[in-house]
Amino acid sequence: MAVIGHIALNVFKESVRDRVLYSLVAFATLLIGASYLIGQLTAGQDVKIIKDLGLAAIATFGLFIAVFIGIGLVWKEVERRSIYSLLAKPIRRHELVLGKYAGLALTLLVNVAMMTIALYLVLAYLNTQFSDNARAVWPAPAVDVGMLRAIGLIFLELLVVTAFALFFSTFSSPFLSAALTFSLWIIGEFNPELRNFEAVVESPAAAYLARGLSYVLPNFAAFDIKTQVVYALPVPSSYLLTTSAYGAVYIALLLTGAVAIFERRDFK
Amino acid sequence: MDAISTEKLTKHYRVGFWRPRPYVALDALTLEVGRGEVFGFLGPNGAGKTTTLKLLMQLIFPTSGRAEILGRPLGDLVVRRRIGYLPENPYFYDYLTAEELLDYFGSLFGYGAAERRRRVAALLDEVGIGAERRLQLRKFSKGMLQRVGIAQAIVNDPDVVFFDEPMSGLDPLGRREVRRLMLKLRDRGCTVFFSSHVLSDAETLCSRVAILVGGRLVASGPLSNLLAFQVQGWELVLTGVTDTALEQATRCGQVVRATRLGAEHYALELPVTTAPERVVSDFTACGARLVSLTPMRETLEDYFVRQVADAPRNREWGRA
Ligand SMILES: Nc1ncnc2c1ncn2[C@@H]1O[C@H](COP(=O)(O)OP(=O)(O)OP(=O)(O)O)[C@@H](O)[C@H]1O
Ligand SMILES: [Mg+2]
Repeated sequence: MAVIGHIALNVFKESVRDRVLYSLVAFATLLIGASYLIGQLTAGQDVKIIKDLGLAAIATFGLFIAVFIGIGLVWKEVERRSIYSLLAKPIRRHELVLGKYAGLALTLLVNVAMMTIALYLVLAYLNTQFSDNARAVWPAPAVDVGMLRAIGLIFLELLVVTAFALFFSTFSSPFLSAALTFSLWIIGEFNPELRNFEAVVESPAAAYLARGLSYVLPNFAAFDIKTQVVYALPVPSSYLLTTSAYGAVYIALLLTGAVAIFERRDFK
Repeated sequence: MDAISTEKLTKHYRVGFWRPRPYVALDALTLEVGRGEVFGFLGPNGAGKTTTLKLLMQLIFPTSGRAEILGRPLGDLVVRRRIGYLPENPYFYDYLTAEELLDYFGSLFGYGAAERRRRVAALLDEVGIGAERRLQLRKFSKGMLQRVGIAQAIVNDPDVVFFDEPMSGLDPLGRREVRRLMLKLRDRGCTVFFSSHVLSDAETLCSRVAILVGGRLVASGPLSNLLAFQVQGWELVLTGVTDTALEQATRCGQVVRATRLGAEHYALELPVTTAPERVVSDFTACGARLVSLTPMRETLEDYFVRQVADAPRNREWGRA
């Protein structure tokens, strides 16, 4: 267990010093700031637009961080052969995989937290710019703790994406891993549409196939409750719970797969 | 109990994309290395040295055969705590400093923070990394990385170390330091197993060597016992050699060949059967002065050339 912690901390340290991460976080923060300017152009909609854009920015930049850092770190470890000296130390291969994953999760957590703070700061500033009358018509207050639920699910989604990235990078090239992860993410966002395929196609076989696929492929749309949060619509806690369980099972399966492949792999 | 033992250790790589064929990188290597030895693992490029070390570190898995370190199977964590490994051309994390890297590796052995600080400082001193220890590793030169690689291999005071070409990338001073370090490790009771293709490294260090060519073990034992490296004659260089003395020595069969280097200055080739001390004393009695006396041996290079020429060209399995 301690070994996993040390490996995770090393991943965190390394990724924090990587320029790619700096630039991604800087850009995301900039975008969240810029959403304020966009809000100025569309009077009255400000708060909703900023929340929408802010959450989307967190999800998107989180995705890039998850994919590039996730795949990059594992690939570099193998390709640059730092793994040779690492594996000669008293650690097990599965500890290495889990440690990498924990480190990536920590990196993501810190980055999502930073972007969240940036978003809340923009919203808090905005809040001071309006009269009480103007605020009364907003569906939810500008500084809304409820928004954390949406961010929590975004974080969980990113953890699933990272698990995919890690899984793919245990056996394929970084380019292929990134391509596979991104395509799965896109498919996952449109997963609910697969389920309703029979409404659009004639052939029942195609409809069944689509339905079957929708169960096997990840459903990333389930993690998206931006609209509900922005418009203060109810989100039952049972929904949060099942979605979290869904994410956890997915992560567990992917990590098991990654470990199984990694255990047998020749590092040549 | 041996420090290292392998039994018919074999590794085939699959090569070719469309029609993968096995390629024999290591062919039934059986080897025993005793504790406290400095053991040289020699062979030309592509002989299978790195393959053997990677098999012993379980970075790759054997096609067949088995191996033990300190009498235990390879995967054993108890073994891993007691060994060190320097990979060929080591490379580490770009954004860590030398200190942080060693601290990280130390933590994997479960050392506490104070213990790690002490060890890391001592190790970096030992391998000659000074103020650069606070520099990120991507700014390190090849030789400096090699030194960091050696330091990380001995962070746990190992009982057996595996060095893959420890001298590569080092300047002459660095080579001497590494040689000294290896002897120091041996004096501490550590078994040193290192690969090299330079005979002189082995000559000054090893109690025993193994020679690998084309994936096969072709010889092993103390270097002086290996037939190929036994003295095949002597080269004697003298000044003040008189013609009569030279003539007489040649007539007795003490000198096989004489090469004139200058006035009364000769390089003489003596057969292995003569005692060189007597020839020297005979000449000095006639007023000659000794410049040098060198045993003549086949060099490792000559040996490799001969072995490579003899070895089967084709290592593809089934056709060899
Ligand atoms: N991943 C691989 N796939 C196919 N063949 C390989 C692979 N790795 C090594 N080989 C082959 O196995 C043989 C042994 O290689 P190895 O790296 O063990 O040699 P070496 O003795 O360490 O040589 P050097 O002195 O150049 O380091 C070589 O012929 C090499 O081409
Ligand atoms: Mg090699």
